Amino acid sequence: MSTTELVLARGTAVLAQGDISAPHIEYGQLAPMLLVFGVAIAGVLVEAFVGRTWRYSVQVPLAFLGLIGAFAWTCVLAYTDKPFHVAAEGALAVDGPTLFLQGTILVLALISLLLIAERGTKAHFAPQAAALPGSEAEQETMAAGITQTEVFPLMMFAVGGMLAFPASNDLLTMFVALEILSLPLYLLCGLARRRRLLSQEAAVKYFLLGAFSSAFFLYGVALLYGYAGSVRLSVIADQLSKNAGSETLLLAGAALLSVGLLFKLGAVPFHMWKPDVYQGAPTPITALMASCTLVSAFGALLRVYYVAFENLRWDWRPVMWGVAILTMVAGAIIAITQTDVKRLLAYSSIAHAGFLLTGVIATSRDGLSSTLFYLAAYGFTTIGAFAVITMVRDAGGEAGHLSRWAGLGKRSPVVAGVFAFFLLAFAGIPLTSGFTGKFAVFKAAIESGATPLVVVGVLSSAIAAFFYVRVIVVMFFSEPEADGPTVVAGPATAAAVALGLTATVVLGVLPQPMLDLAGQAATQMFVR
Amino acid sequence: MSPGHYLALSALLFTIGAVGVLVRRNAIVVFMCVELMLNATNLAFVSFSRMHGNLDGQIIAFFVMVVAAAEVVVGLAIIMTIFRTRRSSSVDDANLLKY
Repeated sequence: MSTTELVLARGTAVLAQGDISAPHIEYGQLAPMLLVFGVAIAGVLVEAFVGRTWRYSVQVPLAFLGLIGAFAWTCVLAYTDKPFHVAAEGALAVDGPTLFLQGTILVLALISLLLIAERGTKAHFAPQAAALPGSEAEQETMAAGITQTEVFPLMMFAVGGMLAFPASNDLLTMFVALEILSLPLYLLCGLARRRRLLSQEAAVKYFLLGAFSSAFFLYGVALLYGYAGSVRLSVIADQLSKNAGSETLLLAGAALLSVGLLFKLGAVPFHMWKPDVYQGAPTPITALMASCTLVSAFGALLRVYYVAFENLRWDWRPVMWGVAILTMVAGAIIAITQTDVKRLLAYSSIAHAGFLLTGVIATSRDGLSSTLFYLAAYGFTTIGAFAVITMVRDAGGEAGHLSRWAGLGKRSPVVAGVFAFFLLAFAGIPLTSGFTGKFAVFKAAIESGATPLVVVGVLSSAIAAFFYVRVIVVMFFSEPEADGPTVVAGPATAAAVALGLTATVVLGVLPQPMLDLAGQAATQMFVR
Repeated sequence: MSPGHYLALSALLFTIGAVGVLVRRNAIVVFMCVELMLNATNLAFVSFSRMHGNLDGQIIAFFVMVVAAAEVVVGLAIIMTIFRTRRSSSVDDANLLKY
């Protein structure tokens, strides 16, 4: 009898006895994720059954409560017992790094929600996505003052996927989480209120490239399944330490899997989508992607490389060195030539992904904790910066072109000053969170023997500082245009900027509590 | 036939899909090529499942089918929207965002 027939025979025997045990799910430990998904589904029901005039006032509190509840529950999980176990039959992990990342994602999503929830003249989303740009139907929906509310359930689904992505302990769960986080984001990218052609183009590009990269991810999963006979990360690690199985399948699988993961975090050479999508998408969604998606993708990357491929370190580290160097240098150099503010920040985000990769390459406890800290620090700063971009407006919506920002420092010194501060934090000037994060990551990399990488990192930070300073010079040292943009700030956007600013200052001046928290989260590393 | 042949077929289909994504112009055809890649992956999962004698691979194939179906819904919605706006589904025409 062949092996398959044996398995089938065993399966039939179990069926005949009727004693298939139901899987054991630890609902308490998965509650943050389940709560977010539950709110997303409730949001869909609200869309279906609540009248149009009431939807906004139901959806927004629902989304806020869901995120706050999930964050509170995550804190409870982190403080009540030592979180270091797997849940849902080993499909999801509940450990220090996961809870830290999930908490970070939830807080960042809350701040993004402040931006997404702006309405009226400051709304960011097309009232009806199906109405053609420039058509009568569009003008009618605009005149009727309809507020787009479908974005709230879509955002909650995306956030749920982001929570599951770094928690997934097997590659199938990771793939499903990747799709749950990506599919709503593809749609959200195409929903901008103004410059709708750009927005739709961004959605198509993001979708086609995203689907292409997840196909690579999936084929990598298939090859690793062929190598280890299981998609569980710990089983792949065991198989690796036994040195069993076909090395071709292992290396090809690991490479394809890495393509999928590196695409999500926008590392060179898989970065082409990032500037286009960041520029075209509605700015609150750009803020959500630049912060939460990056945190989530790095969480998954860390888990895969620290758990499954730990013993393959000598094979993947040289490749990651190359990717990290390319990402830092290309991100910093291409950013110099940019003239659009959102595009500039997209390239800056690519460069930051490179700095973060140096922390991943360290493959040590310090590397893990410094990457966690950097992710949190960068997330707050980037949301704050994109929130400022939503405030600087002219007749056609946000003033994206850098030349329009000329003299903003004379017209509205506070807003320009805050934006300059965020840029300095991106550049890594001391007393900002960017400095602490970069210092921690580079220190961990040097301790693990990656000094050349850190030298490249510092050099590309210097290149990056050049274009950040150039924006500051444009804002403060050139004359404002007569018809220049004005600063329009709703209370929610102002709150988002304030939160981003506070976090950037506190994590720069007083980083120790947060560093300790990241250190505690990383003490036991990842559960297997 | 040994499962090895099916693996070779799956790799071939995956490559055809990947090349299709890179060379075709029509967004719908590009998307179909991505679907071909996903289906090639399913074939690989099922073949490996037989080689290892466990059912994980076959179950994963079902998950992939569901995910691919969800992706079709989202993808066609996005491609439809841009087609209605531009009267073209060529990926070369969507060229406002560059450099």
